[in-house]
Amino acid sequence: MANLNTTHSEHEEHTTTGLNNRKMLMWAFLGSDCMFFAALIATYVIYSGQIVGGGPVPEDVFSIPVTSVSTFVLLMSSMSMVLAYSALVRGQIKNFQIWILSTAFLGMTFIGFQVFEFRDFVLHGLTPKTNLFGSTFFVLTGFHGAHVTLGIIWLLSLYFFSLRGGVTPERHLDVDLAALYWHFVDVVWIVIFTVVYLLGVFPGI
Amino acid sequence: MSDMDKTHSAHPSPRKYLMVASALVVLTAIEVGIFYIESLGKGIIPILFILSAFKFALVGMFYMHLRYDSRLFSIFFITGLVLASLVTLALMTLFGMFN
Repeated sequence: MANLNTTHSEHEEHTTTGLNNRKMLMWAFLGSDCMFFAALIATYVIYSGQIVGGGPVPEDVFSIPVTSVSTFVLLMSSMSMVLAYSALVRGQIKNFQIWILSTAFLGMTFIGFQVFEFRDFVLHGLTPKTNLFGSTFFVLTGFHGAHVTLGIIWLLSLYFFSLRGGVTPERHLDVDLAALYWHFVDVVWIVIFTVVYLLGVFPGI
Repeated sequence: MSDMDKTHSAHPSPRKYLMVASALVVLTAIEVGIFYIESLGKGIIPILFILSAFKFALVGMFYMHLRYDSRLFSIFFITGLVLASLVTLALMTLFGMFN
């Protein structure tokens, strides 16, 4: 079994830039996804505090302790993702399988927290149709949750593929692309947690 | 070797990844901790943004390997990030958030 150490290098690609086209595409996609989430976050921010027609406001529904735990879970999933990739390039397929499964499990835990939170909000009378806060919040976090869910499916696919010997150190780019996507999803949540949750209900402002 | 031809150099060790994870946890704990300091007032905004930006950079540089990969990848990502930030700021200005 190949045992790539940390100084492994890809063979030079036969492209204009010498870089892999799939990886370039993933980075271009992530750049565009930045703009997508920025639009949703900006919409939330500009409409925050403009609650028309009643209904719950952030202070009524947000629970910073609960969201802090889910944030921690997602951060740990990023760590396990990078450890999965690191194990793969070292030829440690079993460790890769353990770490990528852990990442998917942590992602599912995060989604579980989101489902719990959304359900709690609905019970408090907040839905996407209630007011501007409800609309902008659910669209923003809903899209993020959809991104996480797609990522979980991707990771589980890689895991099951690896069981059949389809994931090898030579094909580490397949996992690298999934890892980039997963880390991006984590990074977006870092922004959402700060802007929507922490700043949204900070009593001192 | 030109930057464009550069294959990605050595990536961090698992130990470094764990150190980055520890830093991310500590930074998040600090963010949550200062949330409960009401006396900070509007001063919390730049503090939280700096902490978040630092977390963002740690994940980008070490987990997404931007520090070790071709600069072109960073250009792609940062261009999107800058455009996103400018659009956000423009919208906030348009809607009078800074008045």
